[in-house]
Amino acid sequence: MIDLLDSTVDALPTAAAPTAWRALATNWSVRLGGSVLAFFALVSLLAPVLGVIDPTRLDSTNINRRPGVSSAVTLANGESVQRNFWMGTDGLGRDIYSRVLYGGRVSLVIGVSVATLSLLFGLIIGLASGYVRWIDVLVMRMMDGLMAIPGILLALFLVALWRASLGTVILAITLTEIPRVGRLVRSLTLSIREEPYVEAAVSVGTSTVKLLYRHILPNTIAPLIVQGTYICAVAMLAESILSFLGVGLPTDVPTWGNIMAEGRLSFNQYPHNVLFPGVFLALTVLSVNMLGDGLRDTLDPRFGKRGERP
Amino acid sequence: MTPIWRFLVQRVVSAITVLLVVVVMVFLLMRLTLDDPAAIIAGDSATTEQIQQVRESLGLSRPIVVQFGIWFGGLLHGDLGESFFYKKTVVQLIAQRLEPTLALALCTIVMAVMVAVPLGAIAGWRHGGWLDRMLMGFSTLGFSIPVFVLGYLLIWLVSLKLGWLPVQGYARLADGFSPFIRRLILPSVTLSLIYTALIARVTRAAVSEALTEDFVRTARAKGLPEWRVVIHHALANAAVPIVTVIGIGLTLLLSGVVVTERVFSIPGLGQLTVEAVLNRDFRVIQAVILLFSMTYVLVNLLIDLTYLVLDPRIRY
Repeated sequence: MIDLLDSTVDALPTAAAPTAWRALATNWSVRLGGSVLAFFALVSLLAPVLGVIDPTRLDSTNINRRPGVSSAVTLANGESVQRNFWMGTDGLGRDIYSRVLYGGRVSLVIGVSVATLSLLFGLIIGLASGYVRWIDVLVMRMMDGLMAIPGILLALFLVALWRASLGTVILAITLTEIPRVGRLVRSLTLSIREEPYVEAAVSVGTSTVKLLYRHILPNTIAPLIVQGTYICAVAMLAESILSFLGVGLPTDVPTWGNIMAEGRLSFNQYPHNVLFPGVFLALTVLSVNMLGDGLRDTLDPRFGKRGERP
Repeated sequence: MTPIWRFLVQRVVSAITVLLVVVVMVFLLMRLTLDDPAAIIAGDSATTEQIQQVRESLGLSRPIVVQFGIWFGGLLHGDLGESFFYKKTVVQLIAQRLEPTLALALCTIVMAVMVAVPLGAIAGWRHGGWLDRMLMGFSTLGFSIPVFVLGYLLIWLVSLKLGWLPVQGYARLADGFSPFIRRLILPSVTLSLIYTALIARVTRAAVSEALTEDFVRTARAKGLPEWRVVIHHALANAAVPIVTVIGIGLTLLLSGVVVTERVFSIPGLGQLTVEAVLNRDFRVIQAVILLFSMTYVLVNLLIDLTYLVLDPRIRY
């Protein structure tokens, strides 16, 4: 009898896994969002071999070239080559194509790091407050307070206090996202702990730590993956806004926000400086959001069934 | 206590708690930095005497609880200190910059609600139809386009190419309604996109959910016209989530204000904040954060109070 029970329990996840994968693979939102995102990730990863030149190199002979213009470029080793600036150059003669490709790296790193960190901290906070009453009272009031401050304003304040660098920008955006994850995990924990199998585990004397790890945590993973993709999208937008406002990463780092911030001054004559990074940013964020929508619909039928955000 | 009073007291207490938490956090963030808080508050351009002056006025040598007491006492009297960059009190600065931000925010909210609620209701009514799918696609797009990119696209298209509206800037309401509203249209459209997307999604979900309820079947069975069923039965019952998301989305709106004002050169609180950040004028940033958070909390408290009207169940 016990053997039978064990084997059924063990059989469940393996039986469920192929269906989940098939559902994912057939969801068009996951497919489209995933492939576009994979394309952008690949392009920024392979940037060095995709015909770029140094994205920070100033070139006084090639200032404000319009997209598609061909001109001679002197490389760092003194060699002169004909180059097609198919995204144009900016007011300092830097190649927008190279800058946009390298800028993608920064956006992706920030998106992924902020998502990972906020999930991690949000998970710890959410599990703790869903399970320990005094932590709940204390921490959730703090989360309410954090959520009352408009995100960009809080991030601006923190970056200004700490001085901008990759680390502080990631940390500042993470801090604005933690409360949402914390609240999500808390409400999931509160509903999961009412389930009969948790009650059963408690009644046979399972320790709290094991209970959280073995029974509660696995049930929060699907909603967290969905939430993580949305956070990734929000973080990339937030970084570009900080850079655009002139308080993000130092201006010598090519990020999409920085390219646009510099391009905005001459936007009326040379809109390409803003439009190319803008389109890349919007498409990347769009693909992440589509991936998130698809994941939500396939992984997590209970949560946001009708398509609303949490 | 009657249920109404219990509800009211509970909401007011929780609003005050959130406000206190914000105040304490803003205070602590300023004090728990590695740099000298007096130097931070006085700003980069401050002289040694000014820093010393700040140090004394803040009582930085005293225990942190006493420091908080001094600062909070000033706050309660409406004293947010003086901006070292502008050489004016922070309250004066905010008062000067309030009108454009208020105008932009109100115009955006009105525009977003007027577009999002009807669209969302139709999409929810025709769940899965072409309008529904278009609206969902549009809202995903709305969550993905950076506010400033949209702003520049609109300036480029509407103002520069078509020449229909002024490019940038702000005209005071006192100088006439027409220039005022003409300069407000593009920024409001820009800012309302993400807010519209959010409200439309929630309206759609709430309406389509309400349409599956028994009372809708009853309404249809007794022969009411479909528009009456959708508006009087489904939409009315979807009012609570819609109103709630309008309140919660306010943080998105207030974040967007900062960027939109920058793009359209509107001399409001958002611009003031960005200038303050660039000048490291922390008293101003602190004050704007407090003001925006207070607005958010108070608006959401008012929205909680409308539940008493929108959802009579709360009264019993």
